[in-house]
Amino acid sequence: MSTKIIDLVNISKSYGNHCVLDKLDLYIRENEFLTLLGPSGCGKTTTLRIIGGFENPDDGKVMFYDSDITHLPPNKRQLNTVFQKYALFTHMNIYENIAFGLKIKNKSQAYIQDKIKYALKLVGLDGFEKRMPDSLSGGQQQRIAIARAIVNEPKILLLDEPLGALDLKLRQDMQYELIRLKNELGITFVYVTHDQEEALTMSDTIVVMNQGYIQQIGTPEDIYNEPENAFVADFIGESNIIPSVMVQDELVEFLGVKWACVDKDFGENTPVDVVIRPEDVLLGSPQGAKMTGVVSHVIFKGVHYEMEVQANGFEWLIHSTKMFSVGEMVGISVDPFNIQIMNKPLSKDEEATIIDE
Amino acid sequence: MNKKTFITPYVLWSTAFIIIPLCMVFYYGFIDDTGAFTLQNILAISSREHQKAFFLSLILSFISTIICLVLAYPLAMLLANMNVNQNSFIVMIFILPMWMNFLLRTLAWQTLLERNGVINSILSVFHLPKLMIINTPYAIILGMVYNFLPFMVLPIYNSLIKIDDSVINAAKDLGANSLQTFLKVILPLSLPGVISGITMVFVPALTTFVISDLLGGSKILLIGNVIEQAFTQASNWQLGSGLSLVLMIFIIVSMIFSAVFDKDGEGNLI
Repeated sequence: MSTKIIDLVNISKSYGNHCVLDKLDLYIRENEFLTLLGPSGCGKTTTLRIIGGFENPDDGKVMFYDSDITHLPPNKRQLNTVFQKYALFTHMNIYENIAFGLKIKNKSQAYIQDKIKYALKLVGLDGFEKRMPDSLSGGQQQRIAIARAIVNEPKILLLDEPLGALDLKLRQDMQYELIRLKNELGITFVYVTHDQEEALTMSDTIVVMNQGYIQQIGTPEDIYNEPENAFVADFIGESNIIPSVMVQDELVEFLGVKWACVDKDFGENTPVDVVIRPEDVLLGSPQGAKMTGVVSHVIFKGVHYEMEVQANGFEWLIHSTKMFSVGEMVGISVDPFNIQIMNKPLSKDEEATIIDE
Repeated sequence: MNKKTFITPYVLWSTAFIIIPLCMVFYYGFIDDTGAFTLQNILAISSREHQKAFFLSLILSFISTIICLVLAYPLAMLLANMNVNQNSFIVMIFILPMWMNFLLRTLAWQTLLERNGVINSILSVFHLPKLMIINTPYAIILGMVYNFLPFMVLPIYNSLIKIDDSVINAAKDLGANSLQTFLKVILPLSLPGVISGITMVFVPALTTFVISDLLGGSKILLIGNVIEQAFTQASNWQLGSGLSLVLMIFIIVSMIFSAVFDKDGEGNLI
């Protein structure tokens, strides 16, 4: 396990009466691609701004390796930021933009020229030195912003929804670009986004946040396959969330039917929530099926059909490559390891509680 | 009804009150008493008396512009950094005097600065030396700065609030301290506002005659006073027009200067 490069200890931050972050603990390891994921207002950008030094926490510490940098101004931190709106200096050409940080550090002319050439090549924009930022497209401007940040050889690159303003195709290209960049540079990336697909594609570690609390930390696979609560399950992709009762170990009852599952240690007759991904619901003939239902909606989505099936008073969302027509009677089954059990939140507040790793 | 119908009143207005008067100034500027063509009125600027007035105008309006700039920039920065509720109040306080008559405001300064005026009465109560600046160039500069300061503050303020916070954060993020951020990012980005402000202070200051009349007594003649007197006292329209044309060259030069630097019209008022 590699060393912690950033350690946020017990960070709290409020604006007026509105609490944005409450006793947040989070560490970031060297050379990790960590994504802060959550809906707007969940505190992800504030967390990033606290790491960057643009915001002071009301309480808590920011550690960089072994030194406390909580009150260090941004210009003294060994990290650089790529801003959401590119934030290029419109009065300077591309060369001057990228050279900005290096000139401040009094690097030699030759060094600066080398670095800029290298950085422009890295982001695929050779020969753009003399252009003005206004003459570039959004995607090009964002790449210049990345180049401007990485020439300073930061230990950590902070990215605040850098692809938010780009169109879908360009966004996907840039995602691969960023993964390639990270591998070539070998530095830590901290990425903020509300786009779950972006997070799943690029990250080593995803931190799902809501209302100022961390909901779950894990690899993209963990987060997708084993969401720890209904919020995470709902936010990461589509899912069927069904109130259930854990009858005993490896047996759960929902919608009036008992199902085999693989989870244990929830106690007996405990109320829980069950998460089943739409692609994990298997449709077949009604004969001998655990549950039968009627197809109420079919939409062709390209890769698969998206169907809604009414069964035992619940509307199932199902993705399948096989089409069933509206009104058809179908049998529903789910493999035991595709039934994900989650503890029910005890109260409204509990929904946003810190979950231990 | 087509668009032209709506434009007509404005065309008539500008023809009657801008184009025709301008043509008349040109016409009178180039004729003598008998109506024959002459350059005498234009060349009149080279007379000793006129040159003195003209250079004094240039110097005083230049100094006033510099003072306005030095006062306005920090103020505009303060305003730009305040949140919207606070700053709209303070901006209003600044604009409020502009709603009052220009002549009244200048007359008020005359009353304040007079030998036995308000300021000196207060000073004498405390046995302090009297302030003797009425009828000196200093009083004229004071009047110019006071009257034209808002025209410097507003364009600078406008160009400052257009600078995105993230651009300033980016400069800091790249290692710039506050001074470097100001010199390399904020100042260059606010330059269109500064240029616009300079033009909007310098041009009216250069052509004023009311301020010099009221605060400079009749001793100090600026080029504006000379032109005014040519029209009103000497009834010499030819001379007045000729000198106006010379002054117009300077105004056009400052306008071009401003247009070149402020291509996007960023520094425009409001």
